[in-house]
Amino acid sequence: MAKLLIKNGRVIDPASKRDGLADVLLQDGRVAVVESGLEASDAEIFDATGKIVTPGFIDMHVHLREPGFEHAETIETGSRAAAAGGFTSICCMPNTSPVNDCPTVSSYIIERAARLAIVNVFPVGAITKDSAGAELAPFGSMKQLGVVAVSDDGRSVMNARLMRRALEVARSFDLLIIEHCEDFNLSALGDMHEGVESVRRGLHGIPAISEDVMVARNLLLAELTGARFHVAHVSTRNAVAMIAEARARGVRVTCEVTPQHLALTDEDSVPYDSNYKMKPPLRSAGHVEALLEGAASGVIDAIATDHAPHPGSEKMQEFEKCPFGVIGLETALAVCLEKLVHSGRAPLTRLVEMLTIGPAQVLGLNRGRLLPGSPGDVTVFDTELEWTYDVNNSLSKSRNTPFQGRTFRGAPVATIVGGKLVWRRPESVPQDS
Amino acid sequence: MPAGLLGIETLERSFIEAILCRAKDFQHVRSQAMKKTDLLRGRMVVNLFFEASTRTRTSFEIAAKRLGADAISITASGSSISKGESLVDTLNTLAAMRPDAIIMRHAASGAPHALARVLSIPIINAGDGTHEHPTQALLDALTILDHRTSLEGLRVAIIGDIVHSRVARSNIHLLSKFGADLVLCGPPTLVPEQFRHIAPGVSITYDMREAIRAADVIMMLRVQLERQHEAAFSPGEYFQFYGLSADLIRLARPDAIVMHPGPINRGREISSEVADSPSSVILNQVENGVAVRMAVLERILAN
Repeated sequence: MAKLLIKNGRVIDPASKRDGLADVLLQDGRVAVVESGLEASDAEIFDATGKIVTPGFIDMHVHLREPGFEHAETIETGSRAAAAGGFTSICCMPNTSPVNDCPTVSSYIIERAARLAIVNVFPVGAITKDSAGAELAPFGSMKQLGVVAVSDDGRSVMNARLMRRALEVARSFDLLIIEHCEDFNLSALGDMHEGVESVRRGLHGIPAISEDVMVARNLLLAELTGARFHVAHVSTRNAVAMIAEARARGVRVTCEVTPQHLALTDEDSVPYDSNYKMKPPLRSAGHVEALLEGAASGVIDAIATDHAPHPGSEKMQEFEKCPFGVIGLETALAVCLEKLVHSGRAPLTRLVEMLTIGPAQVLGLNRGRLLPGSPGDVTVFDTELEWTYDVNNSLSKSRNTPFQGRTFRGAPVATIVGGKLVWRRPESVPQDS
Repeated sequence: MPAGLLGIETLERSFIEAILCRAKDFQHVRSQAMKKTDLLRGRMVVNLFFEASTRTRTSFEIAAKRLGADAISITASGSSISKGESLVDTLNTLAAMRPDAIIMRHAASGAPHALARVLSIPIINAGDGTHEHPTQALLDALTILDHRTSLEGLRVAIIGDIVHSRVARSNIHLLSKFGADLVLCGPPTLVPEQFRHIAPGVSITYDMREAIRAADVIMMLRVQLERQHEAAFSPGEYFQFYGLSADLIRLARPDAIVMHPGPINRGREISSEVADSPSSVILNQVENGVAVRMAVLERILAN
């Protein structure tokens, strides 16, 4: 099988504590060797001079919309957008139609992905049937098929007794439970973060306490049951603090943050522009500061995009009718470089950790590292390349982004999955001034 | 992008002063036998109301007609909205018929603001959800100025269901720009703390007596039961603690005026005795609505 030799890049592999110039030889879909001065006359050469070479990025939270909402995204288009963002593995949330709450739907997604996706796709199953919060889904048989976690994403399991049962069953299968933590009574009708801006704009608020209360409940249940529990898209100061405190106590809890929640506040959001409407909502500056701090300090395990495509027709309604969510695969790295690395808050290795070994460990995937024998998933990126995001060129089917027209420093350059180059940054066309 | 009128918050003082000044001219039209002018002859406005309204819609229609413009009124129940057309498509369709402005009321906060970003026609906001109602604040200012020489330093109490009130928000922004002291009062569930920070000069109390003491202006708001999705306050005791009765008025300045954007609920937020008292300027507000809307339409359409 073909060999690919990635030469002269700065290889950052946090899992093996490597950070320095080296070559990476991929063979038979796996990492063969990582060393300086490698030669392989029969290998295709990728010149990574001046670039960063890391294990392939893993995004543990995306919405591929298939089956059921193929007008917004498909497994194929979502995987292409992922590759263009440097992601070699993505986990797709179960809120499709039908919901991924049984082996039939899980295997449909897995088979479609095997045929059409250009990156690895790992499905997340539902916690409850139809994510309706009433009856547990069959965790064991979904896990046997390849489901890597369960979540009623977009909803919380509001019934605490049922959540306890879910954690108990998940523990017996060593299956991760991911929860979108939101008390839906406290957040009812809300369209944006509750604060001065929501009051100014005359919009119902989604208070920070609606997340805090649910995180607190779930941490106690996770502690009681001993299950592995993961907080999706953490967005509040108290949630970060409670997670850190619980982990110090030995609770098996992990969490992720999205690039948009690190980058934008409620005040940054353009009034009534649904490209800024998401759940959890963009919070106020104090919360964002706590998220940046949590990402830098290591409390936060993973960067996850919560890539949530919606077609223009749904995002061009009255603000209160617009669905929640924004796309984010293609901008994730650039946003995180800006907010964490270029700003001096965290070293580049810390960011790479949250994009690679961090989520791999949360999910229990044998990925996210560049050791001989590891899957040949590699991301090559540039920390300095200046570029402007134009969503009209997005490989996603949808266009709902808060970052349209934004100029970034740093971008993915190439994405390699299983030893094969699946995406390469198009040569930039010189623009007329 | 054409300049419509979306809200008070982003307006310059000078713009507001010009409107109020011109509205003073138009106040005289109502007492003339011949009430029609030809200032906007040949112009056309569409009144597009997605939410029930008597006074605002009629007032805009009369204002347009007194300026010699044609006015067409459309209500949501008779429109293609009920056939599933999206808001932006409805507006684009109307805009294609080339009216000179669309006057719009909608139950969703920000609906006209989002549309204004994509439409090439001036939009006049006649009330958007719980956000703004700019012409109401302008007519309220005109009414206050019928009784006071300036807005600066006035003590204005705004009382009731503030959180659901677009009238309150527009009035807060306008009066704050002109240096009034604003005291908001109502049950804590209807007067969130964040209001202190939306404009300078705003304070909050949950005690009616404190709110009314030495007030120049008392603005009562309707309890908007249709916008409350939970019991924010026991309705049975609302009037007892937040209703305006004659004995409370005595705490205000002797020449204080009592305002209400209507429709009033006698006995719920205001007693009949107060609503019909000499301090009440509720019907003057309605009268001034036409004059202010004439000034707004002229300003937006005449160029």
